[in-house]
Amino acid sequence: MARVSRPLALVVTALALAFTGCAPVATAPTAGPTAGATALTGDITVYAAASLTATFTDLAEAFETENPGTTVALNFAGSSDLVTQIIEGAPADVFASADTANMARLTDAGLGEGDPVDFATNTLEIAVPPGNPAGITDLAGLAGPGVKLVVCAPEVPCGRATAAVASAAGLTLTPVSEESSVTDVLGKVTSGEADAGLVYVTDVTAAGAAVAGVEFEESAGAANTYPIVAVRDSASATVAQAFVEFVGGPAGAPVLRAAGFGAP
Amino acid sequence: MQPASATYTGVPRWVLALAAIGAAFVLLPLLAMVLRVNWAEFVPLITSESSVAALLLSLRTSLAATALCVIFGVPMALVLARTDFWGQKVLRSLVLLPLVLPPVVGGIALLYTFGRRGLLGQSFEVLGIDIAFSTTAVVIAQTFVALPFLVLSLEGALRTAGSRFEAVGATLGASPGTVLRRITLPLVLPAVLSGAVLSFARALGEFGATLTFAGSLQGSTRTLPLEIYLQRETDPDTAVALSLVLVIVAIVIVSLAHRTGAPSFRRARGAS
Repeated sequence: MARVSRPLALVVTALALAFTGCAPVATAPTAGPTAGATALTGDITVYAAASLTATFTDLAEAFETENPGTTVALNFAGSSDLVTQIIEGAPADVFASADTANMARLTDAGLGEGDPVDFATNTLEIAVPPGNPAGITDLAGLAGPGVKLVVCAPEVPCGRATAAVASAAGLTLTPVSEESSVTDVLGKVTSGEADAGLVYVTDVTAAGAAVAGVEFEESAGAANTYPIVAVRDSASATVAQAFVEFVGGPAGAPVLRAAGFGAP
Repeated sequence: MQPASATYTGVPRWVLALAAIGAAFVLLPLLAMVLRVNWAEFVPLITSESSVAALLLSLRTSLAATALCVIFGVPMALVLARTDFWGQKVLRSLVLLPLVLPPVVGGIALLYTFGRRGLLGQSFEVLGIDIAFSTTAVVIAQTFVALPFLVLSLEGALRTAGSRFEAVGATLGASPGTVLRRITLPLVLPAVLSGAVLSFARALGEFGATLTFAGSLQGSTRTLPLEIYLQRETDPDTAVALSLVLVIVAIVIVSLAHRTGAPSFRRARGAS
């Protein structure tokens, strides 16, 4: 027991490293998607933008009900994080992005199966705490003195939309904080720390009574487009493609509209 | 490496093997990160305006947080180590809670305390002190997570050092203040220093509570970890370069902590 030679110890180390370092990219092509045209079977993992959490949870359930042989696992995070993970070898079968820029990163890396399908749009809305303590009524009100405004940083999709809206309206916004995700912006508003935040229409809908929404006409100028694509070399390519069509088709539209997403 | 087989070290080979795996587990990710650094652009990346602003803010706030940790942590450790009262054990566990609490939970708790609608926030607002989205909020978050490190290490040192010298000093007529100043604090000074270095390191790495509680704005609340988190979205090269800077600072801090911590062992051993 105690007489483990040094080379053996190295082998043990190397093996342990090999196991821990082994990303499940090369999944064995078992349970092939070659079943009949009628019955879909297979498991897929869908990587979707955080803003799709509620809708994709519903859509995955509906998809599984319609296709009893399938299971859909969901992973939600910021689009940029998800692309990075997929490029680094994460086992995703479908990717739904909150903007076209991050989708382009995936397709540029040659990881898209076919062309991405635009399935929804999202526009910005002003979120204020219930009762609207700062009395915000329009976009210009955000630039008013003493208004604690929180927005997304220009590095992230919602921040790019914010910058577009502000420059189109000729406004210089002076936020007290530039968050790295729209969830963090919403959090600052729901907690009452901020007087107003710029978030997506869908975030205001999802937050319910925790915030009030103030629509503004300039928002239409900076709509985000949401594309979805099946990821290359999926072990369940047929199911992945079916899910993409399901989301972009007549089944997906009503769920997405109800959450506040626009038609692409 | 080789002398291990020549002289008896008291460690079976399989322990060495497992230790090697453990060490590789810690070191390999760091190596993987270093391999991704864009060296050609390294200096421009870490000296960009936003990078420098984040680094300076991090150093400034972490120093302030460390000072607060010493001011409040030393008395806390003294009370926990040198007094005996009902509920002390429970209090100790609660005070050390930030050690195990996920930082984002700490951030939420701070928000409900110092936030605009928080327990104390309204009183602060009446006084004209606005904590939300200010550098003060960053320091509060860092102090909250870093304080237990100082309390824990100092309390341990106080217990190890024992109170015999203090008892002797007291019998010779020294007041509690004199005993503290002339005996206790000199005895555990190395532990105070190493505890402060650890607190500084924890404050420097603080992310979750800051993000939740203080927000993120260049120059006022966006510390280095927050800047890394944001840059990773669009500019992975900058994120990796800044990560390396943080790792280097961490290595310097750890070696400092070892150096300042070592004498406390020697003294404790010499005393017994």
